[in-house]
Amino acid sequence: MPEAMHQRVVITGARVVDPASGTDGVAGVEIADGRIAAVGDGVSAAAGATVLDGDGLVLVPGLVDLHAHLREPGREDKETVETGSRAAAMGGFTAVAAMANTDPVADTAAVIEEVRALGAKTGLCDVFPVGAITRDLAGEELAAIGEMALAGVRIFSDDGNTVPSARVLRNALTYGKAFDIVIAEHCEEPSLVEGAQMHEGYRSYTLGLIGGPAEAEEIVVFRDLALARLTGARLHLQHLSAAGSVELVRQAKAAGLRVTAEVTPHHLVFTDEQLAGYDTNFKVRPPLRTSEDRDVLRAALADGTIDVVATDHAPHAVEEKEAEFDQSPPGTIGFETALGAVFTHLVEPGILPLARAVEALSTTPARILGAPAHGGPIEAGRPANLVLFDPAAEWVVEPPFASKSRNSMFLGQTLRGRVVHTILRGELVVADGKAQR
Amino acid sequence: MKRHLLSIDDVTAEDIVRILDTAESFREVGTRVIKKVPALRGRTVVNLFYENSTRTRISFELAAKRLSADVINFTTSGTSVAKGESLKDTALTLQAMGADAVVIRHSSSGAPHALTRWVHGSVLNAGDGTHEHPTQALLDLYTIRERLGRFEGVRAAIIGDVLHSRVARSLSFALVKMGAEVTLVGPPTLIPPDAPRWGVNVSYEIDGILPKLDVCYMLRVQRERQRQQYFPTVREYSQLFGLTRDRVGLLPDGALIMHPGPMNRGVEIDSDVADLPQALMEEQVTNGIAVRMSLLYLLLGGTGSQEVDGDA
Repeated sequence: MPEAMHQRVVITGARVVDPASGTDGVAGVEIADGRIAAVGDGVSAAAGATVLDGDGLVLVPGLVDLHAHLREPGREDKETVETGSRAAAMGGFTAVAAMANTDPVADTAAVIEEVRALGAKTGLCDVFPVGAITRDLAGEELAAIGEMALAGVRIFSDDGNTVPSARVLRNALTYGKAFDIVIAEHCEEPSLVEGAQMHEGYRSYTLGLIGGPAEAEEIVVFRDLALARLTGARLHLQHLSAAGSVELVRQAKAAGLRVTAEVTPHHLVFTDEQLAGYDTNFKVRPPLRTSEDRDVLRAALADGTIDVVATDHAPHAVEEKEAEFDQSPPGTIGFETALGAVFTHLVEPGILPLARAVEALSTTPARILGAPAHGGPIEAGRPANLVLFDPAAEWVVEPPFASKSRNSMFLGQTLRGRVVHTILRGELVVADGKAQR
Repeated sequence: MKRHLLSIDDVTAEDIVRILDTAESFREVGTRVIKKVPALRGRTVVNLFYENSTRTRISFELAAKRLSADVINFTTSGTSVAKGESLKDTALTLQAMGADAVVIRHSSSGAPHALTRWVHGSVLNAGDGTHEHPTQALLDLYTIRERLGRFEGVRAAIIGDVLHSRVARSLSFALVKMGAEVTLVGPPTLIPPDAPRWGVNVSYEIDGILPKLDVCYMLRVQRERQRQQYFPTVREYSQLFGLTRDRVGLLPDGALIMHPGPMNRGVEIDSDVADLPQALMEEQVTNGIAVRMSLLYLLLGGTGSQEVDGDA
């Protein structure tokens, strides 16, 4: 046990926003032995405790990211579990799901254990390795789903690829019913996005870049929802980008299917107009679409049709992102800007109530991830996984980042809302905006 | 004028008139025994060609040499990634060598935009991927103005693989900017569905369009597009959209036939049609040198118009 576990921390005067308990009000929180010892008006600075002045700050359960790429093993030049964990902690995350497209691919329990051990050793946030659905992400043979499920894997995804065969995906969904797991899909019909560099539409035609239509996503969403109905299995749809997909999810939920969906901060903020200067930081998969799509995504997040915000944190080396547009890999980093982006672009303008934002960034993803230590409620006896942020702090997104990479779509943007303290099981892993390790 | 010419968006209608007027004064240089003026003496122009294009490279090379600039040809095939040295490092090298202008041809759309981040000199887009080829459009405008004397109300059709054509984009934008009436013609698979937002008309049929034209601009159609299932066969394409000997009779007297080259004789244009007097392909090439001289001169801030007429 690190010494920090015994650290006594008292937070005074912060506005506690905790959807799990329905709390929104100023309260003190006392932390001891890695757990919340007390919540309420009576909490005061005890002798020997570290006191965090929460005046003007917002205290919420630690954020939970269902979708991140930590790149280790295989591409440690882009990110490691350690640097990724640090970036996550700086962004207020206490739990992240690490996608399986590493080298080697996380398609066996051995790779899962390796990533998990790296996460535990770093100890800056809880790392939940995601297992591949198919061996080597090739879409043909099932990965060792049972073995990985027994090793504690909850989410399975071939992220980066759609499982191209409906039969293979059907079998994965059906087989997974023996375990308490979630099949998560990256939705892009491969034959419609071959060579695609951006959203297909007026912009792609004018820029002379190969486009992928919104329908490429909608086709897979439709197919996958049909398979969820057929199998009765649990399905999670990753980083939705198209208005049409939202409507399909709404219908599926109304019909009682066990489906959840996520959206990234960048799809909630940016549109394909950003591609005009061929800035590769705006190249992502699925691509940024139109302002109509973005507005539908925002509304769907607000009304709960889309359940969670996930970053799709995708670090890439500088030289890769400085290449020609069609040679550059898709992806933006996202840990360190997620909270600020959601707060600035959705909460402050009144599109998303703060409590709903916290629910989408913490409470609901913790439930989907099967991580009961995270996502609140902020109550006595619960593990102390918390974040305090300053809603009034203005900052400009610029290097250095805690991430090893700097391919941020938000570079140069002024955001409001910044993480001040991140607490992982009672330990201040980020204090006053600085990573402690 | 802006410092770079990356797309037709970078020039105003007034800029275009100035470019064409300046080209006109350079046109005469090409008819002299000594085809050279000292306008860019001591300046360095780099031709950075990642795609084989002998005709465009030679055109730029001649243009720069006739202005007395020092010319370096940096030719390589494939992307910089495949080649091992990044576009950035190549750009920094050229910058370190003191390039005043870099003329870039690249198979990736947007590569000239990337280049502007790393070189201080002017960047001229000599064709990037399926994006734009602005100097081709400007030389076509020069040719049209010389023949028809105007742009306003000129009826032009651009016929063929518009979707993949950088020439079609630049020429459409430029003609619309100058007040011409543009119709894009081709199979629906090869015309961007949002093309009307460029201010052009669209037709999937050629015979009804030809009798109304002042300019009939044919695009090269690659056989590759058949393999990619954009149309069933090259033969069917030629039947439906080729400028055949029969079809050419539908054009009004005095209509111009143009093609950016290289032609696929027998595919988008019949051999006999390509050799008709109203087919201006060679004139386009000749004008290309003058227009590129004009662009280099204007972008590099040539020292004064009197030098245009000065002795070499």
